[in-house]
Amino acid sequence: MHPIRAFRAAVLNVSASGASLIALVPFYLVFVNALKTQPEASSMGVELPLNPQWANFGTVVDQGKLVTAFLNSVVYSLGGTALAVLVSALAAYVLARHRTRRHQIIYLLLIMGIAIPTNFVTLMKVMQVTHLVDSQIGMILLYAATQIPFSVFLIYAFVDSLPRELDEAAFIDGCSPTRTFFSVVFPILTPVLVTCGVLSILNIWNEFLMPLYFLNSTSRWPMTLAVYNFFGQFQSDWSLVSADIVLTILPVILIYIVAQRWILSGVSAGAVKG
Amino acid sequence: MKHRAYPTWFAGGALLLYGVFVLLPSLLGFGFAFTDWNAYAKTIHWVGLDNFATILDPSNDYLSAIQHTVLFTLATTVLKTAFALALAIVLTSGVKRLAYLYRGLVYLPAVLPVLVVGIVFRSILDPSSGLLNSTLQFVGLGALTQHWLTDVGLTIWAVIGVDTWRGVGYIMVILIAGLLAIPREYYEAASIDGASGLQAFRHVTLPLLWPVLAVTTVLNLLYGLRVFDMVFVLTNGQYGTSTVYTIVFDNFSRGLYGVATALSTLFFIVMVVLSFGVIRAMRPREVA
Repeated sequence: MHPIRAFRAAVLNVSASGASLIALVPFYLVFVNALKTQPEASSMGVELPLNPQWANFGTVVDQGKLVTAFLNSVVYSLGGTALAVLVSALAAYVLARHRTRRHQIIYLLLIMGIAIPTNFVTLMKVMQVTHLVDSQIGMILLYAATQIPFSVFLIYAFVDSLPRELDEAAFIDGCSPTRTFFSVVFPILTPVLVTCGVLSILNIWNEFLMPLYFLNSTSRWPMTLAVYNFFGQFQSDWSLVSADIVLTILPVILIYIVAQRWILSGVSAGAVKG
Repeated sequence: MKHRAYPTWFAGGALLLYGVFVLLPSLLGFGFAFTDWNAYAKTIHWVGLDNFATILDPSNDYLSAIQHTVLFTLATTVLKTAFALALAIVLTSGVKRLAYLYRGLVYLPAVLPVLVVGIVFRSILDPSSGLLNSTLQFVGLGALTQHWLTDVGLTIWAVIGVDTWRGVGYIMVILIAGLLAIPREYYEAASIDGASGLQAFRHVTLPLLWPVLAVTTVLNLLYGLRVFDMVFVLTNGQYGTSTVYTIVFDNFSRGLYGVATALSTLFFIVMVVLSFGVIRAMRPREVA
């Protein structure tokens, strides 16, 4: 290879791997410190643990009430996602297929939610009136609502790319609109629904502000709030805090490894057409 | 036939949830913003523009929170775009082997809870034992060590730095998709015409990537203006880092609902205006 070109390639490769390393440092830190004793981890250093303390994880699960928090997070992210994806798919389907003026306005109103901020103070009023403060059903409904705008946006674009003959044929054959949707359209939407679903699960799993405002009982806290609270209690013990963090991010990293394709395509689908 | 095949009630579920939990609170805000609603009085009174006067009074913290939010938003937008664009170009043109792995790794911080990222950086930025200061000491740059999270004036930049680290992968992934969508023939034509790499970037890459950069800019702005988790966990809004959302939460916790609503409502208006920018930025490519 030409020497200048070889040099250029080397510089580019080094900068790419350098950037990846910088992205990994904090992960490395929490993983090694999670296995240290408290004095060893006091500076949250890069050294490997002398004697891996696997018991830290057990301590954290007990003290941080992680089992309850984990189950809560699962309920919120799966419940909110299932609801959001279902209602978004139904809405996006009719809005994309039958573009009356009214449907266009509904569509714009829904996707405006991508940009508009939540008014948490008056939302509290709404939650109080509907008796949804400090309730699991309340969190599921609230999370579903927050995931609707982007889901509608993605599914709408996908429906738009499907041939209209599919659902028209089913309808002419005598299927009701509901039957047409669930037995003909819904299965074809699978790729975009998986993308929406994975992004929504991650968003809800990582969310912190809603439970901070609307959940008082520790028994209903999700992982993020439990970790924050644990950090407040055990600030001086970085080994336990690290172990707690590892258990919180492990599910996220697993989902990311398994579903990377859908996550990365969903992230760019909104911005880059095609 | 159409109106029977595609009934409007299909959109009902989405509209109901979105209406009750997103639109309704925002609309209620326009009423409660003009009241003295708080946690300590049983009745609510109309106070006209008092809350807005409180917000605009420079002796209170609200204006500085708005300033910090704007600084945070502009700085993170510029930094994330610059780093993301550089990495995206490196990964699409320079690096062949492992490009997918690198992309996946740089994106990784963006899938974590922001809260967790903040907690880890609380330790990394610790002035006495943190990794950043000890690394600086170790390489002989001890003079550069700082009290990253308590020094007013510097701390906002520490928060901006951490958030850039966290968010750059997200923007990079979008820009990579944008770069890969540019047909290779354009570069071949440019190189036949004798364009240098820099000229090709200036006259082929940038113009064709422009719509995508517009979208990432909007995404960065929307995220930046709404930032909460990162600031809350790193500094709790102290040391010159309060933002709109942290100060709303702060007022809410102190029971000052009227002022908090007024600020949220002002914020809502700003974001609605911005959101028309989003729709405009996204629309032309739907036609093309």
